[in-house]
Amino acid sequence: MWRRWKARPIVLVPLGYLCLMAALALFAPVIAPYRYDAQDETAVLQPPSARHLLGTDELGRDVFSRLVYGARVSLTVVLQVELLEVLIGVSLGLLAGYFRGRWDALIMRFTDMMFAFPDILLAILIVAVLGPGLHNVFIALALTGWPGMARVVRSQVLALREREFVEAARAIGLSHFRILWRHILPNLLPTVLVAVTVDSAGIVLAESALSFLGLGAQPPLPSWGRMIDDARQLMRSHPMLLFYPAAMLSLTVMALNFLGDSLRDLWDPRRHKG
Amino acid sequence: MTQHILSRLLQAIPTLLLISFLTFIMGFLAPGDPIRMILGEHSDPQAVAQVRRELGLDQPWYVQYGRFVWNALKGDFGISLYNRRPVGDILRESFPATATLAVLAILLAVAVGIPAGIVAAVWHNRLPDRLSMTGVVLGISVPNFVLATLLILLVSVQWGWLPVAGWGAPEYLVLPVLVLAARPSASVARFTRTSMLEVLQQDYIRTARAKGVPERAVILRHALPNALLPVVTVIGNAFGYLLTGSFIVETVFAVPGVGYKSVEAILRRDYPVIQATTLLFAFLFIVVNLVVDILYTRLDPRVRFRS
Repeated sequence: MWRRWKARPIVLVPLGYLCLMAALALFAPVIAPYRYDAQDETAVLQPPSARHLLGTDELGRDVFSRLVYGARVSLTVVLQVELLEVLIGVSLGLLAGYFRGRWDALIMRFTDMMFAFPDILLAILIVAVLGPGLHNVFIALALTGWPGMARVVRSQVLALREREFVEAARAIGLSHFRILWRHILPNLLPTVLVAVTVDSAGIVLAESALSFLGLGAQPPLPSWGRMIDDARQLMRSHPMLLFYPAAMLSLTVMALNFLGDSLRDLWDPRRHKG
Repeated sequence: MTQHILSRLLQAIPTLLLISFLTFIMGFLAPGDPIRMILGEHSDPQAVAQVRRELGLDQPWYVQYGRFVWNALKGDFGISLYNRRPVGDILRESFPATATLAVLAILLAVAVGIPAGIVAAVWHNRLPDRLSMTGVVLGISVPNFVLATLLILLVSVQWGWLPVAGWGAPEYLVLPVLVLAARPSASVARFTRTSMLEVLQQDYIRTARAKGVPERAVILRHALPNALLPVVTVIGNAFGYLLTGSFIVETVFAVPGVGYKSVEAILRRDYPVIQATTLLFAFLFIVVNLVVDILYTRLDPRVRFRS
């Protein structure tokens, strides 16, 4: 495993960037010199300086601090959504793939239906019912995201359950639960990890898009999408306010996409990078 | 073949019913009394009761749902709570803008994506390949509202070449179409490349080369048609997403399309409009995917014989 990682050190670049983002998110209160909502009416729209590393916005808030807290908002949403999505997706995928039969048919019909619906639309619809807000974005994204996970897991389980070690486990009389928990689940790890990475890119995108439309994070909470929307009003005079969150957001999505592709190549060398 | 089409059509019905039910429930659960929204907060209780009866809102939910579906089939989606216009009219006015953008964007995506994918596959692992794949990564990773805002900043604000936002003349189309086309171009290029690489390794290509067919003809005449088969599906899906996912681009560029209207409606809690746009989008998405599926079955004899 590590040897293959070493053979492609390029993978470490997005990984390093993502670790940095995670560190920003985790230690935001320590790293950020100001609180994200701390306003200073005497220092509105300041250029970068020693006091404000990247300057201040139209309300006199420190831009650097808001970017750091923005990482925290993104990470929080990704973690919450993925947790729920993996929980639902993996359980249903296991159920469908391992037991087959009626449950399988029912679950797959349902995921088919979910796939026949544009996911951003469903997310927007859910937010429309629940009302704008970060918490509702998280619910909406989790509800729209799990069918993909369930499908991937199911197809993997279908292959795994025919393997000898599962047959052996069954032959010595292990319970279904034990087979699923100790023998199949660990083998799903690579598949799930790749799916989670690729998916995270989509979640970061969707959260920022919804926040950009005013449906996600509500002020003064700094989502990168929200910051970009706020900065649009001022882009003539202060284009940098737009540039910082745009760069952070794009780089994060790019890093996640890269990492997802690389992980897939690492675990499945037969698959050529498309 | 006919059986396949029929079964796909039948499969679409429960999905549409589910979606219509979800959108109906949404209006049902929505906070606030729609009649008071129409008549005003402090209206006469008698008038409220009368309008409620006229609109059938005093009936049990299943009767209301039945009527909702029936009216929707006739193109009647009620009236907007915000400006009290028939929602059907709003849809009819806003759909052409959305459709125009989607059609132009998919054409651009095909015109850019397929050549880029071919070039990448032919010069596999060399400079042209790396360049197009960098473009692909950018196209997939840069969020479209970021791209839109940056383009406005550069092209409209700094250089003053194009209007910032609006609708009505051809110059308003350029930026929204560019932004909308970015992501589908990337996925079309990516799929064309993968598919071309696969096809170029097959025996019949080696045979063609051995016969002395010029390389140009090998690529364009022998390899390309087969390689494009799977790309058809990608293009179709991308078109489905373009038609139904232009919320952001329409909002940024103030295009009076369905996406813009629905975002507006969500922020105003104008439920009849939200319901109608959702139903329209879901319907379009399903129809486009159905057409793509059928088209693919017709194009590829292998699929036809298997089914």
